[in-house]
Parts: sequence; structure tokens; C-alpha cells
Amino acid sequence: MRSFLYFVTVLAVIALAAWAYRENHLTQQAMNDRRALEREIASLTTAKTIQRTEWAYLNRPDRLRELVDVNFERLRLIPISADHFGRVDEIAYPLPVIDDDGTLNAVEISGTLDDGNGDAPRPEAQP
Amino acid sequence: MIRIPLRPLARVLKARETGENPDLIEQENRRLRIEAMRDGARRRAEGRLLMVVLIFLCGFVVLSARMGLLAATAPMELRAAMPGQISSARAQIVDRNGHVLATNLPTQVLYAETQRMIDPERAARELARIFPDIDADQMAARFTDPDRRFIWIRPRLSPEQQQAVHDIGEPGLMLGPREMRVYPNGRMAAHVLGGARVGQQGVNAAEVLGAAGAELYFDAELRDPARIDQPLQLSLDLTLQSVVTEVLEGAKRLFKARGATAVLMDVNTGEVLSLVSLPDFDPNNRPAPATEGDPADSPLFNRAVQGYYELGSVMKSFAIAQALEEGAVTPDSRIDTRGPLTWGRFSIRDFRNYGPELSVKDVLVRSSNIGTARIMRELGADKQQDFLRELGFLDPAALELPEAARSRPLTPDNWSELSTMTISYGHGMSTSPLALAAGYAALVNGGRKVTPTLLRQNRPRLGAQVISERTSRQMRLMLHQVVQEGTASFARIPGYPVGGKTGSADKPSARGGYMEDAVFASFASVFPSHDPRYVLIVTLDEAVDTTGPEPRRTAGWTAVPVSAEITRRIAPLLDIRPTDLATAEAALYAR
Repeated sequence: MRSFLYFVTVLAVIALAAWAYRENHLTQQAMNDRRALEREIASLTTAKTIQRTEWAYLNRPDRLRELVDVNFERLRLIPISADHFGRVDEIAYPLPVIDDDGTLNAVEISGTLDDGNGDAPRPEAQP
Repeated sequence: MIRIPLRPLARVLKARETGENPDLIEQENRRLRIEAMRDGARRRAEGRLLMVVLIFLCGFVVLSARMGLLAATAPMELRAAMPGQISSARAQIVDRNGHVLATNLPTQVLYAETQRMIDPERAARELARIFPDIDADQMAARFTDPDRRFIWIRPRLSPEQQQAVHDIGEPGLMLGPREMRVYPNGRMAAHVLGGARVGQQGVNAAEVLGAAGAELYFDAELRDPARIDQPLQLSLDLTLQSVVTEVLEGAKRLFKARGATAVLMDVNTGEVLSLVSLPDFDPNNRPAPATEGDPADSPLFNRAVQGYYELGSVMKSFAIAQALEEGAVTPDSRIDTRGPLTWGRFSIRDFRNYGPELSVKDVLVRSSNIGTARIMRELGADKQQDFLRELGFLDPAALELPEAARSRPLTPDNWSELSTMTISYGHGMSTSPLALAAGYAALVNGGRKVTPTLLRQNRPRLGAQVISERTSRQMRLMLHQVVQEGTASFARIPGYPVGGKTGSADKPSARGGYMEDAVFASFASVFPSHDPRYVLIVTLDEAVDTTGPEPRRTAGWTAVPVSAEITRRIAPLLDIRPTDLATAEAALYAR
């Protein structure tokens, strides 16, 4: 019995030693991978910074203003001002359609913006 | 140790006498002895076991502490190599919406180690070909100078230049990594950002330090390795800053002004959303400080923060507000405006004659110097000083810029009754546009003191109550009336009711007294006037409007239209809902 225990213990020590050896190498490998990954992250961070900077440079207000001027014919962009704002009561609101049995039909409500002949029903102006 | 004999004679004899078996005594003693030996062995074994347990426990504690430490450490991203002691890392600066205002870019520095050079003449020739401003003969002389072993050639190279230098194939020409500070928006917000400079430098890195402005003020924070990944968020808004700069540059050109400033501030938080001072500079290529001439004319001079000027009538609002607050007058009190008002050999006049008397409201609306001076004379110098100090006019601005602490307001040495009167209408004391913005913010936000800041805030930062809510309400209405009925009629903008006060101050001459045709025009406005959210200060230095038959220099013709154009452009960008005049006036008069 005792010699069996010794045998098992020795086997266990050998197995553990092999495991520790393997673990050591895996750790070193992982550390190498980590360093490589860090280098990659560093270079990607730098690349990201460069691209962000380039983006900021290309979108600098002076350049955008010049582009707006150059493309005025096509885009007709002008600075936003107070008269570009609308009021809610200026928006045409579709009239609900009520079925014969008196229930509101949501699908048909959305369908009344244009009733097919291009003559959308005019809503009553909201106060 | 004294061993107890297994058969003690005394007990054996005694047992024999009583007829007992003496062997039993021996057995009993043997048993005790064995038990004692067993107890001893167990104690030793237990001690050893305890020791082993302790050793293992220590091991486990150390291991788990290390694991806990590793797990608790914040993950850190490594940037491009940061060797040695010198760190060139520097956090970004962004505006309130996250647009990049300042960032770092990797670049390369070019230097030469002459001992390693193989063909110095050819290297110099090739370098001159890549960089046209390098003189080949001079460079060759430097390369072959036996006293020189190390030469810095270029502080930064573009990728194309790096490749070209590589292609020379000269082993003595070396490239070293560098970071350079880039301001992608060019001149935008130059005075706020300031600029950067190179500090201590080695072959592999160089420090990037702040030279002025926010870069210098927040230098430690920006270079803190733990916060490299967190950008510094300013209160500025790039879009607003760009619009304000564009309009102000146009105005400076049109009115041939020597300088111009604009400050846009949130009245509840004190956040500076836009701060423009013209002329400006490009922080990517910060000019050297001027060694001759007036430093106040240098583009590096931040007129909005460092510039203290006698601002004239814009200061009347504070005199009127104080008189209302003290209960000395009401907006309808009649004030004697017969002029000139004399004090010793000095006399105070109005721009034009306003008749024998005006209401307090009209003193502000028509901008009567005599009326304001009379009102303030009743209150006295001490109260005036206390009030101006409370509003922050007598101390340097507390803005997060190193320049702010460098200049301070000019106040009279002897605060006489005459000073009290002239200061009431903005002469005899100098004020920076930034301090004026903070002062107006306090007048209209319900009377709470505002401390200007360049850092983005998430909640209102209101200070002590300076004037009552009631006075603040009366001031809002009067400022609105100045625009609707008074000197600032050009500030009427459809959709955005504005309140404000003009100021046209004759500039003090270097020889004493005031100059004839040099006016410092300013306009302090708040919008929307019925529920002020922002204050906008516009100043123009020596602006003149030459479109009429004769040159016009008063703020109503120069600063007001500029301010109106800025407000018209930025109000929609600030998410302010357009309101018609009737609604605004209903709100203003109702309360």
C-alpha cells in the first residue's frame, strides 16, 4: 500500500513538474503575444490619431466654408436663420379615416397623405 | 529529565505487603510513559504541520495578492515607444462637442552623427536637394568640422522627406521619433489654445510643452501619463467660434479697426462658448513675441482677456442696476439731465441735449452721461466700489488662461466723487471684454454672480446673489428697450429679441486726455431678451464706418450691426427657438 502511495506521489510530482514547465512556456508565449499586441495597439492608436487629425483638418470650418462657396450652384447652402424654423401648425396633418363600423384604422390613417389621385385631403389648420 | 522508574521500590514493597500484584504497577507506569511519549510526538508533528500550513498560507497569500493586484490594475494602452525619461505624450484638447482642437502627431527628427558619416559632401549635396533652404557648402562644412560630432538638422520631417533621406543611404544621417503638436483648425481659437513648444530633447524623444493659453495653463494635466487618453474638453464650440471669427474678421476689415474682440458666454454657467481676439495668429507656427512697438498691438495679445479698456456707456447698466437695487430710484424716477454737469474745473456733457429731465429708463435708453453721473453721485464712491468688486470688475479675471492673471484693471488711485461719476458711465476705470461679459451675465440671469470658465460644465454654476431677481427683471426690460427704442436699433433681429447697451468711448491718448477721432466701440448684448441665455460682447478698436456722408464712429453704427449679424447667425445654432417681438414683450412686461 505504502509503495503504491509513493509511486502515485512521484507520478504526481512528475506530472505537476511537466505542467509547470508547460505553463511557464505558455506564460512566456502569452507575454510575447501581449507585447506584440501592445505594439499593434500603439500603432493602431497612432493611426487613429492621424486619421482623426486628418478628419479634423479636412473638416476645419474654413475649408467647409470654401467648399460651400465653391459648390453653391449645386448645393445652395446658406447659413441657418430664424425664418428656417417652422411651427408645428404649419405641418399638414393627415385626417384619420373612420371605417363604416366607426373604428379608426391606423393603416388607412397613414395612407391618407396621398389618396391616389394626387389630391391629398387638406387638414384643418390647428389653432 | 527525571525518569520515573517503572518499578518504584516503595510502591512495590507496599503492594507486596497488601498482596497485590506489583506487575500491575509496572504496567501502569509503562502505560503512562508511552502516553507521555506519544503526546510529545503528536505535539511535534502538529507543530510541523502548522509550520507547513503557515508556509503554504504565506505562499497563497502572496500569490492571491499578486493576482488581485493584477486584476485591479487598470488596463493601459501603450502608445508608440516612450523610451527614457523624456515623455512627449500630451492629451488632446477638444471643444464642447468633441471636435479636435489640438492633438499630437508622430513625426521624425533628422540629425547627423558626423563620425559615422561616409561621404559628408555627398550627404550635404543630397540634403540640399531635398530641403531647398539648406546650403550644401555650409552643411558640408558643419559635417566635416572635427569639433562637431552631433548636429540637429531638421525638427520635423514629412513622410516623403523621411523616405528621401533614407534614399540618400548615408549611415551618419539618423532619424529619431518625435511628437508634434497640431492644431487642425489653424487660427481658430488661437488665443485660447495658445500653442506649444519643444522642451528638453534627446535623440529618441522631446518634451512637448505648452507655450501659452490653455496649453500652458493645463500643462500638468495634459502631460499627466494617467490621463493621456482623456482629452481636455473646453467650453468652446468650434462652429460658433468659426462663425464669430468670420463675422468679426469681415467687420474688422470693413471698419478698418485696429482690433476686434467677441466673447460669447452662457449666463448661467459662465462657460465661454466663443472667445475671439483679432488680430490673431496660427498656433501651429506661433510667432515670437514682438520686441518693439506696443505689445498690445501684437497678434499674440489676447484683447478679450488681457486687454483692459475704458469701455464707456456699456458700464452705465451697472450704475443703473445698483441704483435700482439700493432702492434709490425706480425705472420711472425723473432724473435732472440739464448740462453740463460741472465738478471743479471738469464738466460732464451728453452726446446731445436730452432736455431738462429723463426717466431712469430713458437715461439708459438714450445713454445720458449726466443722468447716470447724477444717479451715482447720490450713491457714493464706497457703495460703487463694493458693487463693482462684487461683480468682479476690480480683480483680474479668473479665467483658466495664464494671460488672465497677468493683467489687472486700472482703477483711480484716489476714488473721488469725480471718479465715481465718470466711472458710472465707463470712464476712469478699465475693464476687459471678458469681465464685462461676466458682469452682464450677472445682471440678467436673476442677479447671481458668474465666474467665467473655459471648461465644459454640466450644470449651472451660479455664485452669490449680487442684485435681486426683481432688479434683474427690470434690467432685462430696460436692455430690451435700449434696442427697441434707443441707441442700438441695428440689433433688432427678426425672430430673436435682443437686449443690450452700446458703448462708444473716446480712447485715452498717450499724452494724457482723450483722442478726438479714435473711438473704442463696444456692444454688450443678451439674448433672447425675455429669457436671457447668452451674453455676447463685441468690441471694435478704432472702427469707423465710412459708408455715410461723414465718418461714423459710435458703437450704434459699428459694433451693434456686427453683434446683430453674429447673433442672427449663432442663435439658431444655439437651439434657441425663434420668438416674435410681441410674445417676448408680453413676457417682459407681464412680470
